[in-house]
Amino acid sequence: MSSSADVAAPNPGLVIRDLAVAFRHRVVLDGVSADIRPGQVVGIVGPNGGGKSTLLLAILGLVPIVRGSVTLFGRPSSTLRARIAHVPQRELVNWEFPATVRDVVLMGRYPHLAWPRRFGRHDRDVVDGILDRIGLRSLQSVQVGQLSGGQQQRVFLARALAQEADVLLLDEPMTGIDAATREVMLTIIEEQRQAGRIVLLVTHDLAAVSCTCDCLCCVNARMVSYGPVHETYTEANLTATYGGPVIVLSGANQPASAPGREPG
Amino acid sequence: MIAGPIHWLLDPLQYDFMWRALVAVVVMGAVTGTIGTWVVLRGLSFMGDALAHAIFPGIVVAFLLGQSILLGALAFGILTSVAIALLAANRRVTEDTAIGVLFAGTFALGVVLISTSRNFTRDLASFLFGNVLGVTAGDLWTAVIVGGVVLTLIALFYKELLITSFDRGGALAIGLPVVWLDLLLFVLISLTIVVSLNAVGNILVVAMLVTPAATARLLTDRLPAMLALSAGIGATSGLIGLMVSYHADVAAGGTIVLVATAVFGLVWLLAPTHGLISSRLVRHRAAIRARRDTAVGLESHGEDR
Repeated sequence: MSSSADVAAPNPGLVIRDLAVAFRHRVVLDGVSADIRPGQVVGIVGPNGGGKSTLLLAILGLVPIVRGSVTLFGRPSSTLRARIAHVPQRELVNWEFPATVRDVVLMGRYPHLAWPRRFGRHDRDVVDGILDRIGLRSLQSVQVGQLSGGQQQRVFLARALAQEADVLLLDEPMTGIDAATREVMLTIIEEQRQAGRIVLLVTHDLAAVSCTCDCLCCVNARMVSYGPVHETYTEANLTATYGGPVIVLSGANQPASAPGREPG
Repeated sequence: MIAGPIHWLLDPLQYDFMWRALVAVVVMGAVTGTIGTWVVLRGLSFMGDALAHAIFPGIVVAFLLGQSILLGALAFGILTSVAIALLAANRRVTEDTAIGVLFAGTFALGVVLISTSRNFTRDLASFLFGNVLGVTAGDLWTAVIVGGVVLTLIALFYKELLITSFDRGGALAIGLPVVWLDLLLFVLISLTIVVSLNAVGNILVVAMLVTPAATARLLTDRLPAMLALSAGIGATSGLIGLMVSYHADVAAGGTIVLVATAVFGLVWLLAPTHGLISSRLVRHRAAIRARRDTAVGLESHGEDR
């Protein structure tokens, strides 16, 4: 697990500078700054309505930025959408739509296909590999609405991976899923880190944050703190973020895969 | 009436006007069935109805000026689509409100305009309810070409229509021009309505946009199959409806829609997995199994003691 969070960045990946974002003519998120390098996993935590998902949308350029900037490899991130993969919250999709698991994962290849091209051999190979990797191969012909919540979340993860993007934005992927899917999520996040991708993980799963993330971004309408997990994953910070007492699990209660990541 | 289904089908075709009518309804059914699949999957039934009414003044203006009905309809279809999008941008006007305001208003404009025509009642009736027996060779060519354009565009934009319908946010996230794709779909719906005017007319076309696709959705969970089934059901309803109307001497447009509606009713009852009867059966069997398992469980529990 890389722990290079405090080394100065020679070639910045995703750089957020003093960002303020409006939604329906109201500033909902303010003062966000972060330098995220390739190979870093950043957890984004905060209360509901605190602007976590909005931050992801701002990186995609889907909500108006009123101040500041988001750049990826030195260019405005909204111009590089094909290199950013987004796993949205499950509720925002028309699950009754007659699409199979394979149809949805193939959508991850769309940014690589200029209109009106069809899928080629390479696209199918990429999708086959990912379906095997995520354990969805046997379900590939099933209509997506017939899957369990955890399976649906895996389909979205598979679609994002099929995009082979440099940045992976995960919006509450741990919500309402089974233990096996959570394990798959954490493994995939680790693989992305190894592959030098940037992962942003919006979640309420503080245990997952403390053991998988390099950096932690706490937001509640404004950015409360940003920094390496071992500095920012503190009771004081989380209380300030959530505006109330938060039980921070001590090292003993955390998964064994988080050595040296005790809070405080 | 002559005995035998072959005669029943073939005898009307001794007349040229019936041949033209046949081609017109089959083309209409296939095109409305295909575009209707997207209408149903997007929940655009009301929008389809609105577009059918909204293009009415365009048809009337073109008719009164002796211009191409197709262009008039298309112009009003695009104008109305854009106007609905603009009105709905005001947060106090929801999209269905915008549609409600515009379709009534534009339809009224059409009625007022056509009342200036000398043959007001006859012209109005043929626009509103179709006049499939009066189809000319020129009308047919228009229908075939416009229908072909619509089907080609659906094939070319299949991927884009698929993702914008399934996951709008995802389509935006990968940078697709979602608003333009919406407009494209509305234009295709408008063109389809124009193609359908002769066969079923302005009022009933919404049934051909919605009913075959809704029927197909009950029969399959796959989009390509749904598109094919919907087109097939649309075309077959057109064919059967036309023949029934010939033999029973009743209005063709209405009969075609009635056939499509009857097919929907049958499928709703009898479809293999999504039908009323089979889904009731599945639930019934599950309940029996659960009761039996409970009984077995109680028995074995008793034996344990």
